[in-house]
Amino acid sequence: MEDKGQIKKMMIIQSKATLENVYACFVLANGARMEGIEAEIFFTFFGLEAIHNKKLDHLHVATVGNPAMHMPTLLGGLPGMEALATSMMKKEMEKIDMPDVREFIEILSASGVKLWACKLAMDMFHYNREDMIEELDGILTVGDFYKQGAGEGTHMLFI
Amino acid sequence: MDKIISGKNISLTDEGFLKDFAQWDKDIADALAAENQIVLTPRHWEVLTYIQNEFKNDVPLSIRKIGKSGIVDIKEFYQLFPVAPLKTATKIAGVPKPVSCI
Repeated sequence: MEDKGQIKKMMIIQSKATLENVYACFVLANGARMEGIEAEIFFTFFGLEAIHNKKLDHLHVATVGNPAMHMPTLLGGLPGMEALATSMMKKEMEKIDMPDVREFIEILSASGVKLWACKLAMDMFHYNREDMIEELDGILTVGDFYKQGAGEGTHMLFI
Repeated sequence: MDKIISGKNISLTDEGFLKDFAQWDKDIADALAAENQIVLTPRHWEVLTYIQNEFKNDVPLSIRKIGKSGIVDIKEFYQLFPVAPLKTATKIAGVPKPVSCI
């Protein structure tokens, strides 16, 4: 093959809105653009919170069901525990020059990353276009999103 | 590896970055830009000069920092250097490849 299987486009499906998952998605999308690779994100189900204007500034780290937190599940479930872990993580993020979620969305959009909301999930949560970030490129069905991914060298990633 | 660029013998890394900034000059920048299908305009030069100054001051470069530079916003940065802008711009500016993921 002439292009040696080079990645040309990353289609990322973001189905979760825990802070660590949203950052993983955003870093991967931005990193693709930095390498000259196209990138598009399809926000679905709870992933929609990452592009919901009133929710995206309040995303949390998951402290329950996350063994890598090294915190007993019972303790992780105590009130305030998620907020504490989140504020600790945000402090560490700042140290390594990571933008917050809102600024990261601005960077992605300016970098040419296409941001899509899943129609089915929008209907399910009763969200409207006006509830979502201005940078949103549109509301798509799964079929539309697959069409966006047409072409050689496209990879899909589910987060 | 060594390569002749605009008549001079230049040491490059495997990815085509200059090993020694002292070997850089404006003709080399023009030649490297042409290799990346870019014709340098005064706007490009403002960005390249900024990148070189940051390098001289040992400031690590990232897309986020470029966006906050006051020289260029991220959208225009991608317009000036459409494919892998930070990598391409630093290459043309003759400074090492940035290690940032953001």
